[in-house]
Amino acid sequence: MSLYAEQLPPISLSRVEMVRALRRILPADAILHQPESLRPYECDGLSAYRELPWVVAIPDTLAQVQAILKLCHSHKIPVIARGAGTGLSGGALPRDQCLLLSMAKFNRILNLDPVNRLARLQPGVRNLAISEAAAAHGLYYAPDPSSQIACSIGGNVAENSGGVHCLKYGLTVHNVLEVQLLTMDGESVSLGSQALDGPGLDLLAVIHGSEGLLGIITQVTVKLLPIPECAQVMMAAFDSIPEAGAAVAAIIAAGIIPAGLEMMDNLAIRAAEDFVHAGYPTDAAAILLCELDGSNAEVSEQLLRVHHLLQECGATRLRTANNEAERLQLWKGRKSAFPAVGRLSPDYYCMDGTIPRRALAGVLQSIADLSQRYQLPVANVFHAGDGNLHPLILYDANKPGELVKAEQFGAEILQLCIAVGGTITGEHGVGIEKINQMCAQFSSAELQQFHSLKRAFDPDGLLNPGKAIPSLRRCAEHGALHVHHGKLAHPGLERF
Amino acid sequence: MNQTDHSRDWQQQIQEHHAKKSPLMIIGGNSKAFYGRRADATQVLQTRAHCGVIEYEPAELVITARAGTPLREIETTLAQHQQMLGFEPPHFGEHATLGGCIAAGLSGPRRPYSGSLRDHVLGVTVINGRAEQLHFGGKVMKNVAGYDLARLYAGSLGTLGVILDVSLKVLPLPETELTLRFEMHVEQALAKMQQIAPQPLPLSAACYDGAELSLRLSGTPQGVQHARSLLGGESVPKADHFWRQVREQTHPFFQHPQPLWRIAVPPATSMITLGDAQWIDWGGAQRWMYSETSSEAIFSLAQQHGGHASLFRGGEQPRDVFQPLHGKLKELHVNTKLAFDPLCLFNPGRMYSYY
Repeated sequence: MSLYAEQLPPISLSRVEMVRALRRILPADAILHQPESLRPYECDGLSAYRELPWVVAIPDTLAQVQAILKLCHSHKIPVIARGAGTGLSGGALPRDQCLLLSMAKFNRILNLDPVNRLARLQPGVRNLAISEAAAAHGLYYAPDPSSQIACSIGGNVAENSGGVHCLKYGLTVHNVLEVQLLTMDGESVSLGSQALDGPGLDLLAVIHGSEGLLGIITQVTVKLLPIPECAQVMMAAFDSIPEAGAAVAAIIAAGIIPAGLEMMDNLAIRAAEDFVHAGYPTDAAAILLCELDGSNAEVSEQLLRVHHLLQECGATRLRTANNEAERLQLWKGRKSAFPAVGRLSPDYYCMDGTIPRRALAGVLQSIADLSQRYQLPVANVFHAGDGNLHPLILYDANKPGELVKAEQFGAEILQLCIAVGGTITGEHGVGIEKINQMCAQFSSAELQQFHSLKRAFDPDGLLNPGKAIPSLRRCAEHGALHVHHGKLAHPGLERF
Repeated sequence: MNQTDHSRDWQQQIQEHHAKKSPLMIIGGNSKAFYGRRADATQVLQTRAHCGVIEYEPAELVITARAGTPLREIETTLAQHQQMLGFEPPHFGEHATLGGCIAAGLSGPRRPYSGSLRDHVLGVTVINGRAEQLHFGGKVMKNVAGYDLARLYAGSLGTLGVILDVSLKVLPLPETELTLRFEMHVEQALAKMQQIAPQPLPLSAACYDGAELSLRLSGTPQGVQHARSLLGGESVPKADHFWRQVREQTHPFFQHPQPLWRIAVPPATSMITLGDAQWIDWGGAQRWMYSETSSEAIFSLAQQHGGHASLFRGGEQPRDVFQPLHGKLKELHVNTKLAFDPLCLFNPGRMYSYY
């Protein structure tokens, strides 16, 4: 059965005809259409969902991309853009009778301008490669999603990727100056500018997190920041999650904006400790990792204050990294939390809701209750500074019904996030994965507004159809399952 | 604190205008009437009555308030908890409202270092041109559900609908601030701005008034003192007053009868020659200058430097006040406007003549 709820209108070209048409634009080895060569493209970072692509095109010039889009536009063939394929919500999941357009070959840094502190990049440049290239000038690119070694900047813009330093340095949208894209009709447009803002409406903001539904990103200009003189990390252990939550609020209320502020619960701590021996106390109910950066003088002053605050909030153990090796070791536990948890269970399902920080203790208690009810363990890793939760639900896909159970559990967690005033996705995107939960977060009128905006960029709805924004029909079918604020969602719609 | 919710009245009013296809001019404190083009509408939707802080928890670093809330009230409320709006918005008048501030999208001297107004927008509730009340974004820092339409309202000059309320990220007030001043020529000032920008210093403003470079440092006492020892220069007493004059354009430089142009460029752009006097702000990225030169020539000059220009104040209203849009970009603007406001009810002509 297809993962997509609705059928696409029939297209006028067969696969063979499409391949033949593409051969006029691309060399034969840049077109994939045999099952064995399509297999590597059947999923992105969310491997639970797979579909074999129809045809894959791997252009390496802008003119080729333009010609492909014009071809697809004239034959009304939908296009799904793919970057490095590390997305966690199935945004690049292929679909039958849709062209999968890989932008992976566009991996050149076009210009690194240390004087204006910006870098002009092709969309396939890896996130980490930007900071590596800028380091020679004492500069770096701030957003650091955990996949930064592999993920590419075009995908980062499409997903508005975050990372562990968002509270202080923002998301991708806060660090990009200009994006060039091709609209579905193959026309080029530039949003933003090389200055700090651009003329007219802030369409640059809208492109961030648009998940390949508005255009094909062909160039990104990012802002580079000076590498801080000093970064220091402190670990605090707590006997209860509410105490750790209160400590987070106390640090922020004291006027300190840490570069990173992460929390892990007991199961995550034990998994990470077992895996990389970061030096975490395995008997703690929760640990906090608080990173401060700035000049040496600034960091020393703030460390002292954070130390006092954490003590006052009941930290049972406090450890400051004495050197860079210890700092990296403390981070290593957090950064390898996902694979560490992966060793506990054949499969895990990573959620991405964001909540107001004050709701933390209540939400984690409810997740623990749900875990009991579903009989599936959960490890919690939390970007505590910005309220972004990553509950990891452990399950075994080989046991009949467990994936469905894990998905239902995950959906309930997302409902919980909405109920406390949060959102279903903080940084991983909606993609195909959370499309049903969008119906709970947004009203029909809001979804219709999203669709109107989509038509402003892509009138025929050919870019990444079926992702990110659900159709009202899909919500009407799904909405019957959910009662939102005591009311049935989308009461004005027919039920099927 | 004055608390009033007028959203239902407005929705009804907009429904009526929708039925009559009759356009509306949205006015908050009327403090930025000089900015942009004149809206082609005679009937007014006055937003000041819809006011009050809806939610503010300092530890969440978020404030939510109705659009008519005086900007001054927002800033006072935040200051009571040692917090501030990180984008240091200009008020341009004592009645400036939060809604007008968001719609104008203007940021003050702190912008290159703490982010722009749109960077701090987390969520909005609006009424669109179909008289529908819609909510986009939220009250959390990280949120990628749906298109980011909340930020689109920042700087949209009321052309996409009426803003009902806004959630903004707020920042702690710096523990200490210090302003240093250096007398130098313009070329030296531009060079110095670029020399210090890549250094890890707690810089929070950098401007040049034609004779002196002013650098503001914000942070912990030791951090600021350390930076001062590296930079040298004269420490400026009562610098808050100076930066308020810069932000509000009450500094004598801004009291000139000629048309005032804002040119946004990459910060290291060399001296742009136009007219006699110019003010360089945002570490070089924002240039203010007076000129009677034709708007076409100024737009073209800004474009040559990789930026864009706007006629900020004064002068006869030319066809375009903002850098003209062409081709696909223009098409996307028109399509986007129509996606929110299909009958062009809100502030027609305020941003561009054609919408």
